[in-house]
Amino acid sequence: MSFETTFSYLLGGVFLASAILVVTRRNPVIAALYLVLNLFTLAGLYLTLHAQFIAVIQVLVYAGAIMVLFLFVIMLLNLGDEQRLKERLSLKKLIAVGLSVGLLLQLIYIVGYLDVTLPEGKLSQGVEIGTVEYIGKKLFTEFLFPFEVTGIILLVAIVGAVILAKKRLD
Amino acid sequence: MSVETYLLLSAAGFIVGTIGVLTRRNAIIVFMAIELMLNSVNLSLVTFSAYLGDATGQILVFFVMCVAAAEAAVGLAIVIALFRNKQTVNLDEINILKW
Repeated sequence: MSFETTFSYLLGGVFLASAILVVTRRNPVIAALYLVLNLFTLAGLYLTLHAQFIAVIQVLVYAGAIMVLFLFVIMLLNLGDEQRLKERLSLKKLIAVGLSVGLLLQLIYIVGYLDVTLPEGKLSQGVEIGTVEYIGKKLFTEFLFPFEVTGIILLVAIVGAVILAKKRLD
Repeated sequence: MSVETYLLLSAAGFIVGTIGVLTRRNAIIVFMAIELMLNSVNLSLVTFSAYLGDATGQILVFFVMCVAAAEAAVGLAIVIALFRNKQTVNLDEINILKW
């Protein structure tokens, strides 16, 4: 097994383990820190897929901006007494977990056993399509209109967040 | 790793996020689980993009990230507003829209 393969399996394992830890930890701060680990391993997985631009954006936007926002809100709300938020094991939750695992089995069946014939391709050929130059060119020519709309979405989100978090809602 | 392995990893991450959304009662952890689901979908998009040698998948990931950032900002603002009104982030106690 080559170094790259070993590395990507390691990243995959950490990705899955940290995802499970995010969902199971009771303390939101610890869950947020595991989510940071999860996002970093995902950036590593993007690198193994030769998507450098997406990997950098992943670290900048998620680990840099969104997680800081999460941690700020957790600490702003000062969720001291976690006893009140004790998660009870109920039949509803067991059914939810059962349905989700059923969905996972279906997905595994689709990916693994159904033998869907993917068109010819290779995972290693994308070395030049993941660069900032290539994606930038595509983004500012072919996908210019969606790119502009993205700016409007972000503006609306900023205005909405400010209005929602304001002290008085009148 | 093969393309199937990446897709299975993505599916597993998505399901872990789904279980988190369905079972946790802390609104902030539910948000984190939603981020987990979005990221898992991004992984399969990047996988197909690398496999097919087409950058369109990666550009879609770029837009998904923008929407995720907007969603996180607005969602956390809603959490703050709710906490200010009800002093809790327990989703079982937030039932003012329940008929």
